[in-house]
Amino acid sequence: MLGLGMDRLRADMNRLLALLFHQGVLDEQFLQLQQLQDESSPNFVSEVVNIYFHESEKLLKNLRALLVEREFSDYKKMGIHLNQFMGSSSSIGAKRVRNVCVAFRAASEQNNRAGCLRALELLEHEYCYLKNKLHELFQIEQQRVLAAGVRYPMHN
Amino acid sequence: MVSEMESGHIEEMDIEVLPSMWPDDVGTDAGKQFNVEKPKGDQDMLEEVTIIDDATIVDFKRLLELTNYTETGSSQLAYLVKHWEYKQANAVRLLREELDILSKQREEVELKKLEILEEHRFEEERYGGDKRPISILDEVYDLWQDVPRRKNDVIVQNKRVEIDAEYDTVVYWKQRAMHLEKLLEASTQREQILIEKLQESIKDLERQSSPVEELSQILKRADNFLHFVLQNAPVVIGHQTIGINYMGMDVTDQVRKRERMAKLREEIAVQKAKETELNKTIHITEETMRAKQMLATMSHEIRSPLSGVVSMAEILSTTKVDQEQRQLLDCMLSSGDLVLQLINDILDLSKVESGVMKLEATKFRPRQVVKHVLQTAAASLQKILTLEGHVADDVPVEVIGDVLRIRQILTNLISNAIKFTHEGKVGVNLYVVPDPSSVKGEGCHQKLTADESTCSANGRKEEKCLSTSRTIGDWKGTHGQRHIEGPCQNHPSCDEPRTPHKSKVSVDGDNEEQPHSPETKVWIRCDVYDTGIGIPETALPTLFKKYMQVSADHARKYGGTGLGLAICKQLVELMGGHLTVSSQEHCGSTFTFVLPYKVSTASDHSDDPDELSDMADHNAATDEATERFFQFQPRTLGSLFSSNGSSRTNMGYTRSHKLNGFSDNSYSFPSNSVRSKETASVEEACSVVDDAETLCQPESSSSHSPDPANRDTVCRGKQCQDDTSSQFQNPIIDSTHHKETSREVAVVAKTREPQGTCQRQEKSDASSQCISSSSTEVPKSTLKPKILLVEDNKTIVMVTQSMMKLLGHSIDVVNNGVEAVCAVQHHNYDLILMDVCMPVMDGLQATRLIRSFEETGNWDAAVKAGIDQALLSLDSLQNGLGSTPSAMRRPIIAMTANALAESADECLANGMDSFVSKPVTLQKLKECLAKYLPS
Repeated sequence: MLGLGMDRLRADMNRLLALLFHQGVLDEQFLQLQQLQDESSPNFVSEVVNIYFHESEKLLKNLRALLVEREFSDYKKMGIHLNQFMGSSSSIGAKRVRNVCVAFRAASEQNNRAGCLRALELLEHEYCYLKNKLHELFQIEQQRVLAAGVRYPMHN
Repeated sequence: MVSEMESGHIEEMDIEVLPSMWPDDVGTDAGKQFNVEKPKGDQDMLEEVTIIDDATIVDFKRLLELTNYTETGSSQLAYLVKHWEYKQANAVRLLREELDILSKQREEVELKKLEILEEHRFEEERYGGDKRPISILDEVYDLWQDVPRRKNDVIVQNKRVEIDAEYDTVVYWKQRAMHLEKLLEASTQREQILIEKLQESIKDLERQSSPVEELSQILKRADNFLHFVLQNAPVVIGHQTIGINYMGMDVTDQVRKRERMAKLREEIAVQKAKETELNKTIHITEETMRAKQMLATMSHEIRSPLSGVVSMAEILSTTKVDQEQRQLLDCMLSSGDLVLQLINDILDLSKVESGVMKLEATKFRPRQVVKHVLQTAAASLQKILTLEGHVADDVPVEVIGDVLRIRQILTNLISNAIKFTHEGKVGVNLYVVPDPSSVKGEGCHQKLTADESTCSANGRKEEKCLSTSRTIGDWKGTHGQRHIEGPCQNHPSCDEPRTPHKSKVSVDGDNEEQPHSPETKVWIRCDVYDTGIGIPETALPTLFKKYMQVSADHARKYGGTGLGLAICKQLVELMGGHLTVSSQEHCGSTFTFVLPYKVSTASDHSDDPDELSDMADHNAATDEATERFFQFQPRTLGSLFSSNGSSRTNMGYTRSHKLNGFSDNSYSFPSNSVRSKETASVEEACSVVDDAETLCQPESSSSHSPDPANRDTVCRGKQCQDDTSSQFQNPIIDSTHHKETSREVAVVAKTREPQGTCQRQEKSDASSQCISSSSTEVPKSTLKPKILLVEDNKTIVMVTQSMMKLLGHSIDVVNNGVEAVCAVQHHNYDLILMDVCMPVMDGLQATRLIRSFEETGNWDAAVKAGIDQALLSLDSLQNGLGSTPSAMRRPIIAMTANALAESADECLANGMDSFVSKPVTLQKLKECLAKYLPS
C-alpha cells in the first residue's frame, strides 16, 4: 500500500515536472537544484524555493509600487529589482518568469510604462502559476516523503 | 480737257457764223430748236452741218449789227444766246454724264479687275495653302498671266459701245465727241498701258515679294515640315536642303533634349533600381541580423538544456557505475560535448560575423597550448595515429593573445586533420616568422649570446641553457628576438637553490632584460599537417566557406557542419593573421596560420602572483618552458574507454583537491606553489602517456593516488635525463629522447622514485615539502581552498552554496561589496565569486578595491571609497596577509546575469579574471574551480 502510493506520487510528481518543463515554466536549472538535495539537506529545493518566493513577493510588491507612481516611475530602480528577480529566477530554473523579467527589463530600459505594466501583469501571472505549481509539487513530494517514511531519495 | 476745247470752238463760231445766218435766222433757229428736240439723226445730217457752218458765221455779224439797231433783234439775239448757252450747257451736261458713265464704268472695271485680282490671289493662296507648296508655285504664275489679258479685252469693247451712243446726238458735238472719243480712247489706252504697267509693276511687286512669300512659305513649310518629319520624313528630305538644314538644327536640339531626357530617365531608373536594391539589401540585412540573432538565441537556448544534460551525465559519471555504464556515459558525454561544440561553433560564427566577437589579450604559453590541444586530441583519438608537435626554440615562452580563440583554431584544425587522416600522423609545427610587413633586424641575436654567457655563469643548469641555445643555433640560423625568452626562463632555475628572495631578484633581472625589447610583436606561424586524404584542388576555393565541405560524399562519410574552417579563418583574420592551406590529394594537407602576438613586457612580470608562479614554474619545469617536441603515440582502441573515463572523472576531482593543498603554502614559498602547478601540468602532459603505460604496469588505471607520484617521478626523471643528456642536436632527436626517457622512467618508476626525490631536494630546500605532499594525497579537511561568494540574492547564495558543497567545498558568503572587501582583508581567499549587481557596493567596485590593495598593499582606496575604518581593521592587515603587497593576486570571478560581451568586458576591465553567467551550474562552477584553483 505504501509502496504503491509512493509510486503513484512519484509518477504524479514526474508528470507535473514534465508538464512544467514542457510548458517551459522550469528549465534544467531546477534539476540541478534537485540534484543538490541530499541527505544532509533533505528539503533543500523547497527551502530555496521558499526563499525565492519570499524574495520575489517583495520584489513584485516593489515593482508594482514603482509603477503605480504615475509621473515618477524610477526605471533604474526597477531595473535593479528586475535584475535581482532575473538572477534568482534563473537560479531556481523558473524559466518563464525569467523570460518575462527580460522583457520587463527591456521595457523599463525604454521607459515604456505601458510595456512595463503589461510585463508586470504577465510577471505576476507567471509567478502565481509557478508558485501554485511548485506548491503542488512540494505537496506531492511531502506526501511521497511521508509515504516513504524517513527516506529521502535523490532524484537521479 | 473736253470742256476747254468746247469753249474754243464756240468763240470761233460766233465771229464767222452770225452775219451769214441772219435772213433765215428765225426759220433755222426754229428748226434748230426743233432739231435740238430731235437729237437723233443719220450721216446726212452731218453733211448739212458742214454747209451751214459758213452761213452761220455771216449771219452772226449781221445779227450783231441788227441788234445794235433793233431791240427785237437784240432780244432775239439774247434769246439765241440763251438758247445757245442752254444748248452748250446741255452738251456739257451730256458730256459730263458720258464722262461720269465712263468713269463709272472704268471704276467698275477696275473694281472688277480688283475683284478678279483678289479672287485670283485668294485662289492662288488657297491653292498654295491646300497643295504642296513647291509644286504649286509654277501654276500660280500661270494663272496670273492669264487673268490680265482677259481683262484688257473687256475694257476695249465697252469703249466702242460708248462712242456709238455719242455719235447719234449732234453732228458737231459728234465730231467733238468722236475726237474726244479718240482722246478718251487714247487716254483709256494710256490708262490701259498704265494699268498694264501697274499690273506689271504689281507683277514685279509680286515677283519682288515672292521671295518673301517663298521664305514665309518655306518657314511655314518648315513648320509643316517638322510635322512631316515626324510623319514621313523621307519625302521632305528628298526635296529641300534648307529644310534639311533647319530640320537638322531642330532635330539635333531635340535629339539632345531627348537624349538628356533618356539619360535622366535612365538615371532615374537606375536610381530607383538602386533604391529598391538598397531597400532589399537593408531588408535582407535586417532579416539576416534577425536570423543571426535568432540563431544565436536558439543556439543559446539549445545550449543551456544540453549543458544540463551533459552536466547531469557528468555528475552521474562521478557516482558509482559499472564498466558498461561508464562506457555508455562516456559515449553520452562525448556526443553531448560534440553537440555543444557544434552549437558553440554556430554561436561563434554568428558572433564573429556580427562583429560582436571581442578578443581578449591574455598571456599564455604557446607550447602549453600546443601540448594541451594535442593531448586533448589524443585523449579522444579513436584511430591509430601519431600526434606530434614541434615548437621551435625561437618561439617565445609566453606571448599575449586570445588564447581561447587560438586554442579553438588549433583544436579545430587538428581535429579536422585527425578526422581526415586514417593512418600516419598529425602534427603541429610552431615557429617564428619575420613580420610579413617588415622584416626585423637581427641585433637581438647578439643579445642572446650575452644572455648565454650570463646563464653559463650560473649553477648546474648552465649546460641545459647552453644546450638549449646551441640547439637554437643549429636548428635555425637566424632567430627573432624572442630567443631571449629561452635563456631567460632558465634564470630562475639557476637560482633555485637560493632563497626565495634571491629568486625574486632574478625575476628583476628578467625585468631588466625586457626593456631592451619593449612590447614587441612576434609573428608565429603554425602549421598543422597531416597525412590524410588531402583536398582536391577544385575544392580549395570553397574550403573556407560556410557549410561547405569538399563534397557531399565527404560530408556523409566524415560528418560535420563545414563550419569549422570558416570559423577558423574568420577568427584568424579577426586577430590580424591569415590562414592558408596547401594540400596534395591522398598525401595530406597542411593548414598554416600566421598570427601576430604581443610579447609580454616587463610590466607584466611585476608583482603578479601568477607570473611569479609562472616564473617559478620554470624552475621545476625547465623542460616544459622550452619543450620543443610533444608526441602522443597511438593507443590501442581497447584502452580507449577506460583511459578516457579515468582522465575525465578522476583528474578533475582528485587533482584539484590534491593541488589545492599547495595553495596555502604558496604564499610563503612561491616556488612551491609553482612546483605543484608544474606537477599538475606535467601530470596532465603525461596523462595520456601514463594511460598508455598503465597497460604494462601492475596498477590499474582507475587507481589514481599512486599515479601522481609516478608521474612526478616521470617528470623528474625526465628532467634528470635532460640534465644529464643535454646534448640534443635538434628537436627531433630531442623528441625521441624525450619519449624514450619518459617511457623508460615510467617503467622503472618505483625504483627511481627516491632517487628523483633526492635529486629534487638537492636542488631546492623548499621542494621537499612539495614533493612529499604531491606524492601523497593531502587530506581535504586541512587543505581546502577558501572560497568567498559575494552575492546578495539569497536564492543564488543557497544554490551556489549547495553546489559547492556537492563539489566538496565550503564557502564563505557575504552580501555586498563592502563586506567582501572586509572579508578579503581578514582572510586569504583562493577564489572569489563576485556578483556584479549588488546593493551598497557593486562587484566591480569591490574588485577594484581589492586589486588596488593587492597592488599597493594598503587599503587607502577602500577607505577613500567610504568603507568604515572600523570595518577595515588595519591590524589584521599587517598580521594576516603579510605586508608584501604582491603576495598574490586573488582570482575574482564575476557572476553576472548579463552574459553579454560588454558586461564581460566591464568585468575584465575592472580587474576580474573571468566571469560566469547566471544561472550558475555545476558544470560552470566546476570549470571555474578547475581553472582558478591552483593548477
